[in-house]
Amino acid sequence: MSKLLKPGTYFLEGNIACAEAALLAGCRFYAGYPITPSSELMHHMARRMPEVGGVFIQGEDEIASIMMALGGSAAGLKSMTATSGPGLSLMQESIGLAAMLELPVVIVDIQRAGPSTGIPTLMGQGDIMQAKWGSHGDYEVVAYLPSTPQELFDITIEAFNTAEEYRVPVIVLADKIIGQMYGRIKVPDHSEIKLIERKKPAIPPEKYMEYLPYDSRELIPPFAAAGDGYRIHMTGLMHDDRGYPNLSQEASWKLVTRLVRKIRENARKIAKWEEHWIDDAEYLIVAYGSVSGPVKYATKKAREEGYKVGLFRPLTAWPFPGWRIEELDNSDVIKKFIVIEVNMGQIYHVVREYVRNAEVIHVPGAPGYLPEPQRILSYIKKLCR
Amino acid sequence: MVKELPPAYKDIEPLIRIERLPTIWCPACGLGIILKLYTKAIVKSGIPPEKHVIVSGIGCTGRMAGYVRVDSYHVTHGRAIPFAVGIKMAKPWLTVTVISGDGDIVSIGGNHFVHAARRNHDITVIVVNNYIYGMTGGQSSPTTPSGSKTMTSPFGHIEEPFNIPYLAYAAGASYIARWTVFHDIQLLNSILKAFKTKGFSVIEVLNPCTVFSYRNNIDMLELIRYFRTKAIVKRDVKFEDLRIEFGKPIIIGEFLHRTDKPSFEEKYLELKKKIGGG
Amino acid sequence: MVLTLSVLKTKSKYRPIFYPELCKGCGICIDVCPVKMLEFSPEFNEKGYHYPRIKDGMEDRCIGCRLCERYCPDLAVYVEVKKE
Repeated sequence: MSKLLKPGTYFLEGNIACAEAALLAGCRFYAGYPITPSSELMHHMARRMPEVGGVFIQGEDEIASIMMALGGSAAGLKSMTATSGPGLSLMQESIGLAAMLELPVVIVDIQRAGPSTGIPTLMGQGDIMQAKWGSHGDYEVVAYLPSTPQELFDITIEAFNTAEEYRVPVIVLADKIIGQMYGRIKVPDHSEIKLIERKKPAIPPEKYMEYLPYDSRELIPPFAAAGDGYRIHMTGLMHDDRGYPNLSQEASWKLVTRLVRKIRENARKIAKWEEHWIDDAEYLIVAYGSVSGPVKYATKKAREEGYKVGLFRPLTAWPFPGWRIEELDNSDVIKKFIVIEVNMGQIYHVVREYVRNAEVIHVPGAPGYLPEPQRILSYIKKLCR
Repeated sequence: MVKELPPAYKDIEPLIRIERLPTIWCPACGLGIILKLYTKAIVKSGIPPEKHVIVSGIGCTGRMAGYVRVDSYHVTHGRAIPFAVGIKMAKPWLTVTVISGDGDIVSIGGNHFVHAARRNHDITVIVVNNYIYGMTGGQSSPTTPSGSKTMTSPFGHIEEPFNIPYLAYAAGASYIARWTVFHDIQLLNSILKAFKTKGFSVIEVLNPCTVFSYRNNIDMLELIRYFRTKAIVKRDVKFEDLRIEFGKPIIIGEFLHRTDKPSFEEKYLELKKKIGGG
Repeated sequence: MVLTLSVLKTKSKYRPIFYPELCKGCGICIDVCPVKMLEFSPEFNEKGYHYPRIKDGMEDRCIGCRLCERYCPDLAVYVEVKKE
């Protein structure tokens, strides 16, 4: 434990803070592939993992990296990989596998401008939908939206806890600015850092013939790692509680509903958001990630000039706290929800889903470029009348 | 429902998920023989079953993991090797074996195969080569011999197949062997040797396939006779000469066994010790 | 393989025993048997496969080579060794 970042205040690059947070959370397996702007995270892991006695490997591509991380997770280690948009696209099939096998894994996406190769060195917010819908079929993941290096640090630890508790892949949707910006990082006393481990089986390994890898009576099954002696079978095929392939309608219904219910029924526990200036708000801006910086600044300025505008900042893209948006919409006070994001409409659609009364407006942004505070202020003045 | 196996299989019975028998494989497919040999190798290896892990991909051979009663993982197409590597690196004391088909390992999984061999990961990869993509109905694979008929080469395959032992050798594997599924005694010994080899072990197993036989208008039993009789065991042979041409004699045997190359896991352990991570 | 009359008259201590429910009627054992003592039975199992049986009168032909046992992909036959 003495090899981990000691409690105190540091001045760190977001990517590095994220790596250190992972180590503090107990991550002992890192497999990755270089991709701008996430590579610093991997470089740091290449040095630190051997120091803390963990596993580091640079895979031959993103698919190998995520699959190795899943193997590490199957063997019982908290595992992680970091990438950017193009890499996340490559990993989608494996994310589906992680969801199907219910393997905890943390994927850090330091988003950049897309689509395709895009602008590798500039920020983006284009992977929000990809995080949820990227793979085929029905499954649920958890995706976080940090906005600063400190938040990236805190959220990374939380991401590991969520992955372990719900046996689900968790995606941390940071971006280039948060990842490569230096910021003040406060590392708390290690005893204050609450860590969650995956649930262990209730019966001993000798009872392996009776062990059900996926007991449908519980939403989240206990986890037996490779080498624990349970002789489990895990398959990407539709399967039953024994873990064996079962392609029947009954097995299909039971398994897929449990995979989505696991997260949907715990959405209110998992989702996070921040509200600012809600009390008298007639216009509500929805913004997240690094965009929330200039937006907060512009909103404050607008309020000083008398505009009744508030800010809703989601910290989880998935599950999205839609019930709160619905609540705010039902109060009939808010006339417009204004979604400001650097993409062509991603969280915008999710907000629309929950708003029935007010108007929902989208303010898109050119991928790569944070909207300037002055520009946002002029939008607010134009729209909030 | 199968309740028990013939007494000759008492030793491997606890290692087979007999509640799932009979297997889904076609009548006369040799995969059932490989199931017997792999479980027999586990018994004879002296390594307890709790320390064995099997990972397989997609395809007929990919179903192998589902029948073996050890920690078994049936993952996505082509990705068995990196998954297995992840398990091995996390718990290097486990004996991790990948059993998958030719398409899974050298087509979609080709990149992973080559890199795992390059790094010399201490795992065993059993490539079951049936010259075709059987599960999906008979498309050509990178090991389909020139001239054979498949669903995607209905006029005769115009491509040359991979020479898997040569590929493994060029990439850096430590143990390379090729047998047919009917050379069961040699195959069993190869699997046992591969378990012991500290490094990347590749065993190519030629297996007759009913889909391949049907597409090429050959009686399955005749295809079996071809594998049994036309395979010649050679010891001192150049890797370039191990090409497979359908109809011609097949060279099988043990082609490489290196003990001088440390595995990736050994080198990483050394690195950890040096850096102080223990 | 040439079998002399004296060999034919000896009682064999080996005999293949079949487990019809496991059989898929592939015919490998029948094809591979060096003394050609097996044939398909007119009976079939629950799955509809015809399983093998020893040809009439050939119960003592078995030489114990175990090729049927070794090459059966479905673990459906083994060679019993009778202890005298």
